[in-house]
Amino acid sequence: MTNLIDIPKVNAKNMTEKEFFYGHKACAGCGGSIAVRLALKVLGERTYTALPAGCMSAVGFIYPQMAFNTNAIITTFPGSASMASGIAVGAKALGQKDVKTVVFAGDGGTADIGFQALSGMIDRNDDVLYICYDNEAYMNTGIQKSGLTPYGTKTTTTPAGENLPGTITHKKNLFEIIAAHDIAYAATASIGYPQDFLNKVNKAKHIKGATFIHVYASCPTGWGTPTETSVEIAKDAVDCGLIFLAEFEDGEYKLNRNPKQFAPVKDYLKKQGRFKHMQDTDIEVVIANRDRKWSRMRKHWL
Amino acid sequence: MDRPKKTEFTFPTHINDYPTGPQYAAGYLPETNAGWRSVRPVVDHDACVYCLRCYLLCPDGTVVKDNGKITFDMDYCKGCGVCAYECPKDAIKMVKEQV
Repeated sequence: MTNLIDIPKVNAKNMTEKEFFYGHKACAGCGGSIAVRLALKVLGERTYTALPAGCMSAVGFIYPQMAFNTNAIITTFPGSASMASGIAVGAKALGQKDVKTVVFAGDGGTADIGFQALSGMIDRNDDVLYICYDNEAYMNTGIQKSGLTPYGTKTTTTPAGENLPGTITHKKNLFEIIAAHDIAYAATASIGYPQDFLNKVNKAKHIKGATFIHVYASCPTGWGTPTETSVEIAKDAVDCGLIFLAEFEDGEYKLNRNPKQFAPVKDYLKKQGRFKHMQDTDIEVVIANRDRKWSRMRKHWL
Repeated sequence: MDRPKKTEFTFPTHINDYPTGPQYAAGYLPETNAGWRSVRPVVDHDACVYCLRCYLLCPDGTVVKDNGKITFDMDYCKGCGVCAYECPKDAIKMVKEQV
């Protein structure tokens, strides 16, 4: 087990002052760019970055602007993990030391389109850190439903109306799907808890082998929230229990945050344009699903 | 300042000026994002306790640690207001941009 105490801690005071994701064209208040920026600051200069089609590749590589200050490449949409595998073994073949390969993929590029490549990468246990920034829909192409879109979300492919409350399926349980591969290290995080996210990236950096972090990152454009509340919304999601902070290491689940009482789900939902239409009955469905999940997590993970 | 600066774009005139591969070198920034902004952050240095929460959470990384003081790289600040909203001491105010 990798003990976090043995790894030098990274925080706002001692992290590198260099910026590795700078001058990008993401929307103001973009949560995904906070996740990418912080992760790259922890991983450092000797990082190979692979990005599938998605927001972060669209905003980082606008010719001739090059926002990434690390080695970065756009991959095919379904093949980001396999390309990262190739980079990692290539670096190993060249005898490069202290390098890390990282993938930044959105929720669609991870849970839907890029999933088979990711599964294969974990199976081969290639030395890649796969970070999924989850903004709960295909935001880059104009807000379409993905496998990680939660119940009741209004997207362009699941519009809300008289008959349907938007998305009628629940969020895919990606973290447990990844953990079921018996991966060396997997974790969930949220940009609302930045220090927790930094610690998890730092831990994954020091683990040889396939690692996975699922980070919840808000999207003001797609969620219909003011730009300044990006971080607060991501924190609220954790506080009301819809997003959980957990780790999977050495075959054991660990719940990092187990609040005695959840913040009201309705307050969190009603702050966002994508949930504005939801009726009380729809919110009860969300709460029932949350409670079912938490009772199972508390029973088996604590 | 440990971050890339705006570089003037010059149109390539010789084959050697073209980038190898489909992109220019890392950190090549011929454009700024300042034009996106309608409000700008202003720090009250007396109220600021240098907790660096704004530095940590700026989506664009434009908050600069300048000898124990917070400054902003105004070329790349988009005026999203995350720094002002998250500041525990309300030391950052978003002020309307003068045209």
